[in-house]
Amino acid sequence: MRASLYARRRRRNAVAMSLSLAATAIGLGWLVLILGALLWEGFNGLSLKVFTEMTRPPGSDGGLLNPIFGSLIMTGLAVLIGTPVGILAGTYMAEYGRYARTTSVVRFINDILLSAPSIIVGLFIYEVAVAPMGHFSALAGALALAVIVVPVVIRTTEDMLLLVPNPLREAAAALGMPRAYIIRHVAYRAAKAGIVTGVLLAIARISGETAPLLFTALNNQFWSSNLNAPMASLPAVIFQFALSPYADWQKLAWTGALIITFAVLTLSIVARALTASRRQS
Amino acid sequence: MAEVALRQETAEVAIPSRAQVLVRMRLADKAFQYLTHAMALGVLALLGCIILALMIGSLPAFRAFGFEFLLTQRWNPVTEKFGALAPIYGTIVTSFIAMAIAVPIGLLVAMFLTELCPLWLRRPIAIAVELLAGIPSIIYGIWGLFVFAPFLQVHVQPLLIDAFGEVPILSSLFAGPPYGIGTLTAGLILAIMVLPFITSISRDVFEAVPAVLKESAYGLGCTTWEVFRNVVLPYTRVGVIGGMMLALGRALGETMAVTFVIGNAHKIAPSILAPGTTISATIANEFTEAVGDLYTAALIALGLILFGITLVVLALARYLLLRVERRLGA
Repeated sequence: MRASLYARRRRRNAVAMSLSLAATAIGLGWLVLILGALLWEGFNGLSLKVFTEMTRPPGSDGGLLNPIFGSLIMTGLAVLIGTPVGILAGTYMAEYGRYARTTSVVRFINDILLSAPSIIVGLFIYEVAVAPMGHFSALAGALALAVIVVPVVIRTTEDMLLLVPNPLREAAAALGMPRAYIIRHVAYRAAKAGIVTGVLLAIARISGETAPLLFTALNNQFWSSNLNAPMASLPAVIFQFALSPYADWQKLAWTGALIITFAVLTLSIVARALTASRRQS
Repeated sequence: MAEVALRQETAEVAIPSRAQVLVRMRLADKAFQYLTHAMALGVLALLGCIILALMIGSLPAFRAFGFEFLLTQRWNPVTEKFGALAPIYGTIVTSFIAMAIAVPIGLLVAMFLTELCPLWLRRPIAIAVELLAGIPSIIYGIWGLFVFAPFLQVHVQPLLIDAFGEVPILSSLFAGPPYGIGTLTAGLILAIMVLPFITSISRDVFEAVPAVLKESAYGLGCTTWEVFRNVVLPYTRVGVIGGMMLALGRALGETMAVTFVIGNAHKIAPSILAPGTTISATIANEFTEAVGDLYTAALIALGLILFGITLVVLALARYLLLRVERRLGA
């Protein structure tokens, strides 16, 4: 009787543990499969042409130069718009309003915005920017991406400023520095690596975003650096090319996907290294 | 700092300008404070603006169809008759499939990472999982379209159709020709996509369990499974549920991974092998092609519904996670 109870418990444990192992193998294996396919198909189409030529009609092989350029421009603009807003808002939450009721409300709303569906952001910008202007534009695309940047930057800025030890602020205040000065010259400096990490994570987040660009920046077959006109972007081109029936377009879509994944992984690893080195020191 | 000291020293000589400097400093100080305050309040305004813009944009659709918009299946751009039932149904079913698969697997992986895995392997796997959670969803979409859907069509779906062909209820659930793309495929892709997310959240929550609790259970002679089942899970219940809701919020609003493989058919089919559509896929596919105000308004109305659903789910998730944080802080 006793022996059988022990045996049963041990058996149950063994079953659970093997399930756990199997789940890990399945989960990781699946992701390896995806990355494997991505590397295989992506490298297949990778050549210098991808970075030097424009997108072409199916049949004549082209590259991805204009969507890469468009993605860089719109991502850069979005960071330029979104970062100051995010840092300032995060500053209020960690410095002036640390114990204010507003801060907890803003934090709650911000956390929701952080994981809100990005296609909604696209609809929103369409309503407030594209419809009044009457046409799609790169500027609207950048605005949509900026809306996604802001919550990410707010979150990390607040977290990182809260990590700055208070004696630093007190010492600066004892020297007679005004509060804004303390924040800008002491707190920001102490939290610099963390804030930069937040910006990098935000870039990683938006560089693969497709949904908010579909009906703000639209797409463009040709080279365009006009911010007031539709502009190509890597994700939008991948979307268009992958769903097309042409083999050479599909190949380019895979290559584009590889480029995006590579960029995102690099950014996240750099961001991680930045905070890790900080934690050690 | 030296700059400030220097400026004040020189100001000492000419007293009126020192006062001026101080006033200017105080003004700048206040200005900076108000600026940051305004930006923080801007976040609230942003949410308000999004809701307001969607409401205004969807007004024509709700005025034309009223409450019936939520309850009808028809979606006919030619006659301009729209109903949201099929996309809503598709959104819920795909998310349900995704959660039903990803939650148990994610929890088991998190258990492996916190209880079983050799110490030296924990950090690398955890980092890999977190990096994978950040991969853009379009990657999952393109893989689903070119690799996963054909595989399902040839190898898995015929098996399912054969296996459940005779079983009363399941036969209609798994009926029809194997298209490859469809509701089930979309659900599976979503499951793969939220898996790293669920794993990394649950791992964080599990690691917060005090070692003393687990050690005392082991000391009483519990097996690893019993410790997990009777100590770790009850202790972290609220956090785990919060994390799952967060993942659900993602699955509900996910666009690109689904759009590639769902098939975009505006009808509710009893079979989950058949093509369907979700709210986000409908918007992504049709918005730029929508002609006429009513069509656009109907799509924005879909967006409003999606935003409403995800807001509720995410708010609940954040509330639960906040409760965990408070308890850990106390």
